[in-house]
Parts: sequence; structure tokens; C-alpha cells
Amino acid sequence: MKKFLLAELILSLMVMAAQAAPSFKSRQADLPPDAAAFPDGPNVKVASQNCLACHSADMVLDQPLLPRATWAAEVTKMRNVYKAPISDADAALIVDYLTARHGPN
Amino acid sequence: MRSRRAILIEGGSALSLAANLTLTANPARAAIQPPDFPFPGGNGQRPLTKDFPQKGTMVLQRSRPPLLETPFADFDQDAFTPNDKFFVRWHWSDIPTDIDAKSYRLAVRGQVEHELSLSLPDLLQFKPVEIAAVNQCSGNSRGFFEPRVPGAQWGNGAMGNARWTGVRLKDVLDKAGLKAGAVAVRFSGLDKPPVDDAPPFKKSLGIDHACQPEILIAYAMNGRALPLLNGYPLRLVVPGWYSTYWIKMLSDIEVLDAPDDNYWMKTAYLIPDTPRADIKPGQAGVAMVPINRMSPRSFVTNLAAGTRLKAGARAKLRGLAMGGDSGVARVDVSADGGQNWQAAKLGRDEGPYSFRQWTAELVMGGAGEASLAVRCANIGGEVQPDVSNWNPSGFMRNVIERTPVTLV
Repeated sequence: MKKFLLAELILSLMVMAAQAAPSFKSRQADLPPDAAAFPDGPNVKVASQNCLACHSADMVLDQPLLPRATWAAEVTKMRNVYKAPISDADAALIVDYLTARHGPN
Repeated sequence: MRSRRAILIEGGSALSLAANLTLTANPARAAIQPPDFPFPGGNGQRPLTKDFPQKGTMVLQRSRPPLLETPFADFDQDAFTPNDKFFVRWHWSDIPTDIDAKSYRLAVRGQVEHELSLSLPDLLQFKPVEIAAVNQCSGNSRGFFEPRVPGAQWGNGAMGNARWTGVRLKDVLDKAGLKAGAVAVRFSGLDKPPVDDAPPFKKSLGIDHACQPEILIAYAMNGRALPLLNGYPLRLVVPGWYSTYWIKMLSDIEVLDAPDDNYWMKTAYLIPDTPRADIKPGQAGVAMVPINRMSPRSFVTNLAAGTRLKAGARAKLRGLAMGGDSGVARVDVSADGGQNWQAAKLGRDEGPYSFRQWTAELVMGGAGEASLAVRCANIGGEVQPDVSNWNPSGFMRNVIERTPVTLV
């Protein structure tokens, strides 16, 4: 069995590219603006000002409804691991916003 | 070798043309609809987008940094996923949108005899090789986890299959000359975090793995240059392993003399060191290891959930299978949710790491609701499980897929 796999692998690797070598051209492309915004609610401005610096709102809105502890852990991860410059005061308000807008209740 | 290849490619085109003609006859397939993924607890509606460069209609999971999913109906066309339909996943939002091909350089440094700075023409001096391989996100299908877990809430379309053309990583490492103390090779690309202190996205492979002949620095997919969002101009290809290792816009190869302890290897992308990375929610004290080889998966591609089929009649099924880290050994299908199985007919073998198309004719049961199931076993003996695996990151889902249908 192993021998078969190896032969198969060697065969597929030995097959040379049918295409001629590619010509590399310089590329320029614009990425579209964000498709979604945070829905209104208390502290939406704080959430928008902080979160949207690094990612669009749909990342949050597409999540399942998550309890406060999970949202708090996400905000902590954004601050501690991904170094988002969010103040303690703002972090608490963001957790409030996310729990109210996107929590299980 | 070259002419034989050309014939094979033409044969493939003819086959996919035939498949397209069949599909065109089915008006239900004409337009792709925005998906409403049946995720536990809901929130599975996603818009479609045509706004991203070099991309056709995609499922929009996140605008920035982009997460674009392949609409599932597109997998029914061919064993290979078109470049403009190939899924897109970036970690950091600072993605270069302006690539200067002339000044582009790939650095090779660290525990090597000679550091290299390779231009794109330099890379073309190495022997070209091609391999068909599935690229699948570690978190593909995360939205189906129950209980749900945070992260990109993908349906099943964060995967794709392409013929990758490039040069062997080993050939490039040999040119640089590995020093005796080399233990791992770390890769990074041109994307950057938007915040200074945040960890740049870097991944590494053990030195023995890095020197395997199937590992490529690819400059083409499906015979064309890579789309920008799939990593133009260079991407690492790690057949059989999840796409977290397939670094896009590859610009730096660093040979390490110690295991990589950067965030993306030591903290992120870890799985429980258990069979199928499966644990119970809340289970503590589990050893964690970096995610690695893929598992077998299979899908019905020609019948959407809720399709009405004739009771008691033969139905034609078609789909894709992947072995993961080894080839597809067999695919079985079931008309009764997995109680009785029959072998599907396997399509052309494109190598151990490729998708493999399969077809089957199944006799449907009596009128009512039914569940079609498909199951892949790989050459290594691994079979898709009947019960979903679970882990807190939502990685490596590979449960037997079921398609609910109505028999009338």
C-alpha cells in the first residue's frame, strides 16, 4: 500500500507543468469598503471606534449569540494578544454592547 | 511527458464541459442564491459579493480582512476549483494591494550556508513541478459545531482544490545549504498586522517535513498566476495539511535552530492531542499540539438540502471526496441516513492530495423525508466518523455529511 502511494506521489510530481513559465506582472487591486456596520444601540460608537480599526463589523455580527463571559474573553484577546489599543473603560462598554446586541437573551 | 499531460488536460476539459451541459439543463442550478447555513442556533444567513478583485460571486463572511467562501454549488462543476471561486482567508488587514513584480524578493535566511534573496525570475530557474492538492481552512465548517464556538463561521466552502505549479521548497533550501542545527523552517508573507506590537502571521514546519518533495513554493494555480487574494505572486503549498501553513504572498523563509515558539505556532491553531482532535466541551487537562494533517471528507454536490426526489426510483448522486493526508480509497453512499451503504464509483485519480469526484445511483426509499449520506475512507485506513468531533477552536470537522431530501 505504501509503495503504491509513493509511486502515485512521484508520478504526480514528475508531471511537468503544461503551461509555459508565467510572466509575472505587477498587480494592483483595490479592496471594497466594509459591507456592514454595527447596528445601533447603547455604546455603538465606542464599539465602532475601537473594533473597526482592525476588522469589519460582519466578523462580530456573523458570530453565534455568545454569553457575556465569551464576549469578554474575545475583547481581552483582542487587547492582550492582538494588541488592540482599547482602554479599560472602553473595553467594558464594548462588552456591554456585544452582550446586549449579540448575546443569548 | 509533456504531450501526455496536454492530452490529459484536454480530456479533463471535455469532461467538465459535459458536466456543465448537464447542469445547464437544471434550472434550479442557474443562479447562486445567498446561503442560509443551517447552523445550530441560526444566524447562518450570508450575503453574496462580487466586489473583490479577481473573484467571481462569493459568499461574504467578512469584508476586512477578507473571508470569502466558495458557494457550495460551484463544487459540482469539477474536481478543481476555479481560481475566481477559490476561498479567501486573511488574518491581518494590512494586505498589500500593490505588488511590484520586479522588486519582489523571497528571502531565505537563518541556519543556512548562504542567505538568498530570490527574484521571481530567479525562482523560475528551479525545476518546475506540479501537484494537485486540496487547500482547506482548519476551521472549515466551524458554523456547524455544537455547542457553537467563536471564530469565522464558515459553512463547508472554506476549501478548494487546484493544480499548483511551482518549485520544490527543498530545492531552494538545498541551494541555500542547510546548516547542521536546522530543526524547523518558518514562513511569512507580506501581510502585516494593523497594530505594531501584534504578532505577524508566521507558520513553521519541522525540517524533515519541509524537505519532503511535495512541498512547493507555488507561482501558479490551475495554470494561471495566483489571484492577489490567494497569495500572488507566491504561496507555500503543503499538501495534506491545513491551509494555515500555506503562507500567501510568501516573502520570508527562515531556517530555525530551535522549535518555533511564535504565537501562531505555540498558542494559536492548537488542537487537542486526541483522535480527531475530539474532546468534550469544558474538558480540562488536555495536551495541545499544532494542527497538522487533514482528515478524509466527502460531500454530495449535485443535490441541495430539501431537494424533492421520486420515491422508490433511482437517483443520481455526484460529489467530491478528499482523503486528507492520503488518497481516497473508497466512497460509500447511503439513502437511509447511513444504515445501509453502497460503493460509489470513483472518478479520475488526480493524486493523493486532490479532490476526487465520485458518482452513484441509489434507489430511494418510500415517500417521506429521507437523509442521504456519504462517507470517505482514505488509503491510510481512516474513515469519516458517524458522530461529529468537537474542540473549542472549531477545527477539523469531518463527520459524515447528510443531505435531507423529500421523496414524493
